[in-house]
Amino acid sequence: MDLTYGERYEAFRGELREFLSGWPVRGAEAELPPAEQERIFRKRGIEAGYVYRSIPAEYGGAGRDSDPLIDRIIQEEYLRAGAPGNRLDQGPGLLVPTLLEFGSEEQKRRFVPPTLADEMKWCQGYSEPGSGSDLASLQTTARLEGDHWVINGQKIWTSNARHADYMFGLFRTEPAASKHAGISYLLVPMDAPGIDVRPLKQMTGSMEFNEVFFDDARTPAENIVGRRGEGWAISRATLKHERNLIGNPRLMTGQFDVLLQIARTAVRNGRPAVEDPAVRQRLAEIECYVRACETTNLRMLSASTRGEELSVMLPMMMIKLFSTEVMEQIACAAFDLLGSDGLLEPWAENDSIYDTSATLRGVVHNYMYSLGPAIAGGTSNIQRNIIGERGLGLPRDLRAER
Amino acid sequence: MHFGLTEEQLLLQETVRGFAAGECPAPRLREIFDAGTGHDPALWKGLAEMGIAGLTVPEPLGGAGLGLLELALVMEELGVAALPGPSFGHALACLAIQLAGSDAQRQRWLPDLASGERIATVAFAEPGGAWDPESWSLAAEGDHISGAKRHVPHASLADLVVVGLRGGRFAVVERGARGLRIEDERGVDRTRPIAALAFDRAPAELLGGDFTAAARVRDAALVMLAADAFGAAWHLTRMTVEYAKTRQQFGTPIAQFQAVKHQLADMATQVEPTRGLFWYAAHAWDALPDEAPRAAAIAKAHITARASEVARAAVELHGGLGFTWECDVQLWFKRAMFDRVWCGGPEHHRARIAALGDW
Repeated sequence: MDLTYGERYEAFRGELREFLSGWPVRGAEAELPPAEQERIFRKRGIEAGYVYRSIPAEYGGAGRDSDPLIDRIIQEEYLRAGAPGNRLDQGPGLLVPTLLEFGSEEQKRRFVPPTLADEMKWCQGYSEPGSGSDLASLQTTARLEGDHWVINGQKIWTSNARHADYMFGLFRTEPAASKHAGISYLLVPMDAPGIDVRPLKQMTGSMEFNEVFFDDARTPAENIVGRRGEGWAISRATLKHERNLIGNPRLMTGQFDVLLQIARTAVRNGRPAVEDPAVRQRLAEIECYVRACETTNLRMLSASTRGEELSVMLPMMMIKLFSTEVMEQIACAAFDLLGSDGLLEPWAENDSIYDTSATLRGVVHNYMYSLGPAIAGGTSNIQRNIIGERGLGLPRDLRAER
Repeated sequence: MHFGLTEEQLLLQETVRGFAAGECPAPRLREIFDAGTGHDPALWKGLAEMGIAGLTVPEPLGGAGLGLLELALVMEELGVAALPGPSFGHALACLAIQLAGSDAQRQRWLPDLASGERIATVAFAEPGGAWDPESWSLAAEGDHISGAKRHVPHASLADLVVVGLRGGRFAVVERGARGLRIEDERGVDRTRPIAALAFDRAPAELLGGDFTAAARVRDAALVMLAADAFGAAWHLTRMTVEYAKTRQQFGTPIAQFQAVKHQLADMATQVEPTRGLFWYAAHAWDALPDEAPRAAAIAKAHITARASEVARAAVELHGGLGFTWECDVQLWFKRAMFDRVWCGGPEHHRARIAALGDW
């Protein structure tokens, strides 16, 4: 075993740190609105080869060679610097990898550059009121009429739909085909007539989710990714990216550090809570889970640098279930440390699993919000089915329609 | 950067796995378990021939000169097989003599221990449950020791006992020493029987060394127990998966019911992601000494706790059969009990994790 990165990679890290010392931006740039500062620094990161590193330059990326260790160093250092690097939201995080894998040349050129430049925003249209875990039962139809798809139906749990320029989603285009074979992957402009977006209020009090209604809404015929009926297979690839996003171990480590910080500042019986033996027991147990997640991630990283992914298939299937459960434990422990302040309404300006805010209301918020990742991207019980059936070779469920 | 096993390490595991499966299949394991000796000279001889008896002993002294990582990987396989035999105490005794013995003492004892010709064990716990070197109270008076130790693995088999003393020192007491009384404790894990030792001015040879060496041996014990528990828990998971695939109720394998399937998925998810914890702790012991004590405590506290949960679920999923003496699940269940309790339970080590983290 060797846990060092080696000279070449440490030299790369040194150059990257030098570059990242340019954040926050200074001088006149520091007077610009925060979003503009981020945009400028991200663009600089692309030019320097650190942001969207392995995406070809003709599609707006840095067009550099990369490997898993380089990617990890970039992730680590950007997180350390708190600098704007790769965006992980729906467009760059989910659609771009899908288009790069399955899109036509024309689609890549048209959609990827503005998405990476944050000039085109996306939402994901998968779930429907009647199709959650059983996503392939979806009923929203797209009918080809001349040179347009005509869409009717409803999507739900659509994050960012109000601010999105486009939706990528799954639509039933082949009503006569079998369940999975009748679905296509379409790109739909959100300003098309016949689209109605209605916000859904979440239990945290914020309104990130939406319902999206389609009443004869149209999108051009060429806005299909892959061929008719291939949408299901293509969406599996997108879901893989979403799960990777949720299973991010750095995020968990950051949350645990915040939990420890809360335990040091919260007071129990006139002393710091971290001195209470019961609190210490609980935090130590949680830290063990966090370290298990980190070392598992290290195993996966190491395997991917050596092309030995097969040796870590099982932990890869488990990481989403495992890490969302640990993050829930962290959120619950932090909540208990608040004591009676836990009776107050949460602070809900920024709904994000990346929020590791230690503010009192941020903790209350995360007590609720930490449930989100256990539901999104395949619920925990769906994960258990995957682990059981694909990982352990157990027989498929009884009488379930496939 | 490599956080994985080398070809040699994988081969070592395969060799031990193959040996255990071939020489100690379920019926033989059951015979040894029921006999209560926790030992089979042929098994010990076989392990010794593979170099397991002296795995960490330096090559000039007849050992394989490998690290704690390799030892932990072997322990994992012994846990998978619930293999009876004195390997655990023997390996710790070797480490203690390696770390605390003088050159002459190492020369005198280690070659015979490395070849497996002589067997050694360690005496850590004292009445009242004191496991850690910091709390050992036995004191030497010149060349003699007096007092009591408990839970000494395979004591009745051992030619040498390495005894932990006040101040983190070690002394070696030879088999048949005057004033040494060994009383079988009827330990729950019959693959690793334990005994209480009473010393009444028993002749003992003091090793050098101090707390540093004793703490290293303790940390090695924690990692080895974690690795054994991982192996046992992983074996129980696979065993239960196979049972659930074949056991039929309501006209179908019970594995097809989601209640069962999800419980199995949870068992696997409790165990599999802990593999890196004992790898890391063992690697830290070998190469990152500052990290080692806390990493060992984390591996021991967490893996043995998860293994106990998995063992309980394994019994439950085997139904009434799982609750019987004749069902083999109990062998690994009890192996996990030993791994959890020996050298201090999860709560003890969680308190240490907090203290070592400067919380």
